[in-house]
Amino acid sequence: MSTTLLFEQLLNGLQYGVTLFLMAAGLTLVFGVMGLINLAHGSLYMIGAFACAAVAAATGSFWLGLVASIVAAGFAGVLIEMFVIRRLYDRDHLDQVLATFALILILSEGCRMVFGSFPLYLDAPGFLAGPVTLFGGFQYSAYRLAIILVGGLVALGLYLLITKTRLGIRIRAGEADREMIAALGVNIATLYTIVFAIGAALAGFAGAMMGAIQSVQVGMGEPVLILAFVVIVIGGIGSIKGALIGSILVGVVDTLGRVTLPGFFNLFMDTAAANSVGAALSSMSIYVLMAVILIFKPEGLVSNNA
Amino acid sequence: MKTLKTIMASAVAMSLALGGSAMAEGAKIGMITTLSGGGAGLGVDVRDGFMLAIEQAGRDDVEVVIEDDAQKPELAVQIADKMIQSEKVDILTGIIWSNLAMAVVPSAVAQGKIYVSPNAGPSALAGKGCNANYFNVAWQNDNLHEAMGAYANVAEYTNTFILAPNYPAGQDALNGFKREYRGQLAGEVFTKLGATDYAAEIAQIRDSGADSVFFFLPGGMGIAFMKQYAASGVDLPVMGPAFSFDQGILGAVGDAALGVRNSSQWSKDIDNETNNAFVASFQEKYDRLPSLYASQGFDAANLILSALDKADVKDTEAFSAALKEADFKSTRGDFKFGNNNHPIQDIYVREVVKEGDVLTNKILGLALTDHQDAYAVDCPLQ
Repeated sequence: MSTTLLFEQLLNGLQYGVTLFLMAAGLTLVFGVMGLINLAHGSLYMIGAFACAAVAAATGSFWLGLVASIVAAGFAGVLIEMFVIRRLYDRDHLDQVLATFALILILSEGCRMVFGSFPLYLDAPGFLAGPVTLFGGFQYSAYRLAIILVGGLVALGLYLLITKTRLGIRIRAGEADREMIAALGVNIATLYTIVFAIGAALAGFAGAMMGAIQSVQVGMGEPVLILAFVVIVIGGIGSIKGALIGSILVGVVDTLGRVTLPGFFNLFMDTAAANSVGAALSSMSIYVLMAVILIFKPEGLVSNNA
Repeated sequence: MKTLKTIMASAVAMSLALGGSAMAEGAKIGMITTLSGGGAGLGVDVRDGFMLAIEQAGRDDVEVVIEDDAQKPELAVQIADKMIQSEKVDILTGIIWSNLAMAVVPSAVAQGKIYVSPNAGPSALAGKGCNANYFNVAWQNDNLHEAMGAYANVAEYTNTFILAPNYPAGQDALNGFKREYRGQLAGEVFTKLGATDYAAEIAQIRDSGADSVFFFLPGGMGIAFMKQYAASGVDLPVMGPAFSFDQGILGAVGDAALGVRNSSQWSKDIDNETNNAFVASFQEKYDRLPSLYASQGFDAANLILSALDKADVKDTEAFSAALKEADFKSTRGDFKFGNNNHPIQDIYVREVVKEGDVLTNKILGLALTDHQDAYAVDCPLQ
């Protein structure tokens, strides 16, 4: 494999990881602060993508669509928290899983009733649609570079929010001891709604960004949701920093696994068998990664309770 | 009280028996198809095409029961059991996905029911596992890929990069392509089923020195691949089966699909009376262009109706013989069944073009003429 190809694949891995981070950040925040397993996080991703596609189609502007995706997913998050999730904090995880799984079904079919059964059209804005030439004359999709950049900015923004603002202090306090901060006069109900809305808006934003290079269709959020769970388990549940490290690790391992494993098995197998074994093993690679990390660090790479 | 119940029960049984004989000409058809979730577009098209034909036939004695399988094999099996045992349907149809068909069809035909497939055509049901009561009105899974392989020879591609998802239909696809294609392979990649990111594969294509790309990525996977391919700056010619370029998907892919060559047994511009009428009436009723799935649903219904005119559906042997004659006007023009009850038909190469604002397909020419699948020789049926 040439160095340029390897570099391109690393960039692909990084970009994939950054997208996963946008999903995982919200998920880990909600789980860490509120102790809630939210399976409907993928549906919020879908809502973001559909809102972006619908608004972009109506106005012709991808950017308005992007704003709409954040607003729509955030608003849906507030509604879901106030009408459903709020009743689940004192229940055990199984009840939460059941209720949020029901939300997946309701939101998916709701989306299908509104937008129909066929995938929607959503494309990257004109100046990001093509490739750009990087150093050494190799071409890379401009939109993917933009995703890496935006993902980095979101990570920085979240870091500042958590460490430098009053809201961030409350979030961290809520994670550490929710009864104590309630006793200190912080309105815990409002805090939870805000945290849930932030997580939802991030998922919606990720959905809109990815919708432009994927297919905007019902059920698009669930595959990403599974990966996001892998990421937060690897990174350490509740930790934004862990989510960032975990997602980039998962992105790079998955991409390199897909590229290198069939070639590796081809060294001692015929091509057809190597392709199929390589493909099968590469789809397992991130779960193997997760298992190995959990053996050595059962609480994930960045543990909050350390 | 007990006597009263018995009397009522026997009255009901008698009226059922009488009703049964009075309605000997009619039939009850059970349609199991995908109407929810990500794959719903295909099922909706099959259903709409099917119901259009039933409606146009204007027969009151044909009843269609429709249920959603949500693309889940276990659910499809439950629905099939219910339809066979309590709804007493005569004919089953509708399944889109090969894995669901494999779960339902063998047991349904073993119970003496007729199954007419409007889509899925797994190789396991075309060769040794063929059955006198199983008919596929669409294609055997490999057919459209074989046509693309034949086209690659005509287009003088000599170094094609091929990719498909790592599951049975994906392996069938690449095998089908290789069965006809005579050039070299620049690379052969199996992707994860349901994958949405193809950056790594596209980088491999760029690096491989290929002169063309063949892919089979049904549904959302194909949409994602085409968009990402267009943005990557790789400009090799792309080809694939119609599944990634049918009417339901083109709108979502957008201009990235323009100029792509794809193979199909049907196209809206096949010029015959049945097809012209079908396209016009489908558009009028549903306010959208039909896809190949809709044409398959329409043909499946007309096939069943043609057999109902000839034989009583309760007489399975006579009825399946009537089906095998394929005495109906297909939207594809010429259509007949081979020994294994799978189609022998022409397969076309189409190009994605823009008509006004709408992306659609235009026929370029024939890829394969009177094509039969490779598994028919293993089937003991005559």
